[in-house]
Amino acid sequence: MPIEVNGKTFETDEEGYLANINEWEPGVAEVMAKEDELELTDEHWDIINFLREYYEEYQIAPAVRVLTKAVSKKLGKEKGNSKYLYGLFPYGPGKQACRYAGLPKPTGCV
Amino acid sequence: MSILHLVNKSPYERDSLDTAADYMVDGDAMLLIEDGVYAAMSGGKAASKISGMKVSVLGPDLAARGISEEKLVDGVTVVDYAGFVDLVESNDKVQSWL
Amino acid sequence: MSETKKFMYVNRRAPYGTIYAWESLEVVLIGAAFEQDVSLAFIDDGVYQLVKGQDTAGVGMKNFSPTYAALGDYEVTKIYVEKESLEERGLTLDDLQHLVWEDEDDDWAEKDSIRLVSRAELAEVFSGQDVMFNF
Repeated sequence: MPIEVNGKTFETDEEGYLANINEWEPGVAEVMAKEDELELTDEHWDIINFLREYYEEYQIAPAVRVLTKAVSKKLGKEKGNSKYLYGLFPYGPGKQACRYAGLPKPTGCV
Repeated sequence: MSILHLVNKSPYERDSLDTAADYMVDGDAMLLIEDGVYAAMSGGKAASKISGMKVSVLGPDLAARGISEEKLVDGVTVVDYAGFVDLVESNDKVQSWL
Repeated sequence: MSETKKFMYVNRRAPYGTIYAWESLEVVLIGAAFEQDVSLAFIDDGVYQLVKGQDTAGVGMKNFSPTYAALGDYEVTKIYVEKESLEERGLTLDDLQHLVWEDEDDDWAEKDSIRLVSRAELAEVFSGQDVMFNF
């Protein structure tokens, strides 16, 4: 189902992930979050931006375990745990945050 | 009637480079593409085979594999896609050694 | 979870010409989620996968070489590169990416992941494994 952001159309796959990561803009995350009835805060953006940087460097969406550890190292232990991350992204930090960030579904995520 | 010999397999995986080289006669040219570009690296298995022959490699395939031009056997020329077309055009036939 | 098994992924193909290299990497990343003892070996044309400076912009394919640097995050810390295969191709370790992992138990010290081994040494490593995957 394609999504509409500021009058622009973005193609997605059958699970709602952006078809082309290079097309991503912040509005994509806003629109996706609104559909999930979620208000994006700075804390959400920290994770979304972190995921985009991770993809930029390694060309993959990290597994949740890897994400947790990496966030813990970069943003501190109080954020690098699954309780905090699931609090922000109730559908799963891997799946939901990656989707907002325009990344593909994490490798190995079912 | 010149032939452009096209090789797209690594010389370590297939013998197509060897055979193609043996079939080259005066006036023929060879172009290495895809994994075939590994044959053009100096210090490699195929280096002695192709040295002195009219061999080109496709630049974008070299770059994809992280091979810089100074790693190539002396005399090998690097061409882009337009150069690929020129080679096809300037020879009478193309033989793809799969 | 049952006891940890030793998994060895053997990579023998060059990147991009075939899909094997990328497929192997994906399977390794998926497998790493199961917390097994994972090792990778690069032999024959497989050593080309780790060559640094890959730039696929001109061929319109995904450059997956940066992903090897993420293996440390996935606790894949044993990457064997066979000496004979490198030498046969006119390559040295300097031509390859420098892959490291961070040791959590040693204040996140960076440690080398790549181990340069001879064919005979690698054969011994193979005999100590529980499961072998070939790509």
